[in-house]
Amino acid sequence: MMQKMYDWVDERLNITPMWRDLADHEVPEHVNPAHHFSAFVYCFGGLTFFITVIQILSGMFLTMYYVPDVINAYESVKYLQNEVAFGVIVRGMHHWGASLVIVMMFLHTLRVFFTGSYKKPRELNWVVGVLIFFVMLGLGFTGYLLPWDNTAYFATKVGVQIADSVPFIGPYVKTLLTGGDILGAQTLTRFFAIHVFFLPGALLGLLGAHFVMIRSQGISGPL
Amino acid sequence: MGDKREISRRTFLNYALMGTGGFLAAGMITPMIRFAVDPLLQGHAGGDKVAVGSPDEFSAVPKRVEFKVHTKDGWYESESTLTAWVTKNDKGEILALSPICKHLGCTVDWGTGPGQPNEYFCPCHMGRYSINGEHILGTPPTASLDEYETEVKEGKLYLGKVKANPRPGVNG
Ligand code: HEM
Ligand code: FES
Repeated sequence: MMQKMYDWVDERLNITPMWRDLADHEVPEHVNPAHHFSAFVYCFGGLTFFITVIQILSGMFLTMYYVPDVINAYESVKYLQNEVAFGVIVRGMHHWGASLVIVMMFLHTLRVFFTGSYKKPRELNWVVGVLIFFVMLGLGFTGYLLPWDNTAYFATKVGVQIADSVPFIGPYVKTLLTGGDILGAQTLTRFFAIHVFFLPGALLGLLGAHFVMIRSQGISGPL
Repeated sequence: MGDKREISRRTFLNYALMGTGGFLAAGMITPMIRFAVDPLLQGHAGGDKVAVGSPDEFSAVPKRVEFKVHTKDGWYESESTLTAWVTKNDKGEILALSPICKHLGCTVDWGTGPGQPNEYFCPCHMGRYSINGEHILGTPPTASLDEYETEVKEGKLYLGKVKANPRPGVNG
C-alpha cells in the first residue's frame, strides 16, 4: 500500500534521487560508534538538533495557551501547566530542553574543537556555529521572561542592566530591549515576538546553512 | 536473496529503525497532541442557578431580567451578564427565554418589530418569535428561542442552564 503510493508519486515526480542524495551515503568508519565506541562524540550535533526540534514543537504547542500580557501571562502559564492535560510534560519538555540544548551544543562544540574540524576548509561552518550559539542564548534569554514570575522578572532586569552598562550604546540597547522606560508590558510582548518569530526564523536559516555545508564538505577525516 | 519467508538484513534493519524512530516520535508527539486537544475532552461546568427575583414580579407580559454568572474561560475568570425574557402564564408556569436569536446569534427584543407589538423580533434579518419563543415560519430562524431552566425556591425564581425549546414553529 505505502509502496504503491510511493511508486505512484515517484513515477510522476521522480523523488527517489532527491532523498537518495540526502540520505544515501556511507557513514565513515571513524564516526561510527559501532566501530570505535568513542565515536559517539560525533552524535552530539545530531542530538542538539533533536532537542531543537523538541523545543520548536513544544514551543508551538505552548503558544496555544500562553498569552504575552502582563496581566495574564503568569495565569496562563499556571493554567496550562496545572489544568491542561499533559501540561506539566509539554512545559517540562520546553523548560528542561532549553537547558539541555545548551549543554548539547557545548558538547558538540568541544568535539569540533578537539577533532580540529574547524580548520580549513570548514572555517565558515565554525562561524555559522558561533552564530547559532548566540541565537540559542538569545532564545534562552527572551524565553526566560515569558512566565512573568519573580525569577523571570528579576533575571531579565539583571540582563537588561548588564546591557545598560556597555559604554556609549548601553542605554540605547536597554531601551530597545525593554521597549520603553521600564521593564513591563512592552518588554513582554517584545521578548515574546523575538522568542517565537525572529530568533526561531534566524535559527532555521542558520541550521540550513550549517547542514548544507556539512553535506557539501563531508564530515572531517579521522585524527 | 534468500528464501521468501526469511527476512533480509536490510529489511530487518529498516523495520527496527522505523520502529525505534516511530516510538521516539510518538513519545514526543503524544503529550503535545493530548495537550492541544484538551478543550475537546474537558468537562463542562454545571453552572449554579442564579436568583432573579420573586415570581410575583412576572406576568403574561414578557419582562427583561439581567443576571450575572461566573464564567471561567481558561485562566480568565469573569462575571458575565446574561439576559432572560420572563413570562408567567395564567397557570402560574414560568418561562424564561434566552434572547439569542436561533438564526445567526443576534439579540432579540420584545415588541420592536414593525407592526408586531406581541412578538420577539431580531433586527439582523427580521427574525420573529411568538411570546413562547416559537419561531414564526417563513422568517429566518429555524428553531424556537432557547429557554433557561427555572426553579422557584423560597419565594425566589432561579434561572439555570440554557436548554433547547421543544416548541415547534408556528405560522405568524
Ligand atoms: C531552541 C529554541 C528555544 C529555546 C532554547 C527556548 C527557551 C525557552 C525558555 C528558557 C523558556 C522559559 C521556560 C520556563 O522557564 O519554563 C521558554 C518559554 C517559552 N517558549 Fe521557548 N525556546 C525555544 C524555542 C521556542 C519556539 C520555537 C517557540 C514557539 C514557536 C517557543 C515558545 C515559548 C513560549 C510560549 C514560552 C512561555 C511558556 C513557558 O514559560 O512555559 N520557544 N523558552
Ligand atoms: S440573526 Fe436573528 S434573524 Fe438572523
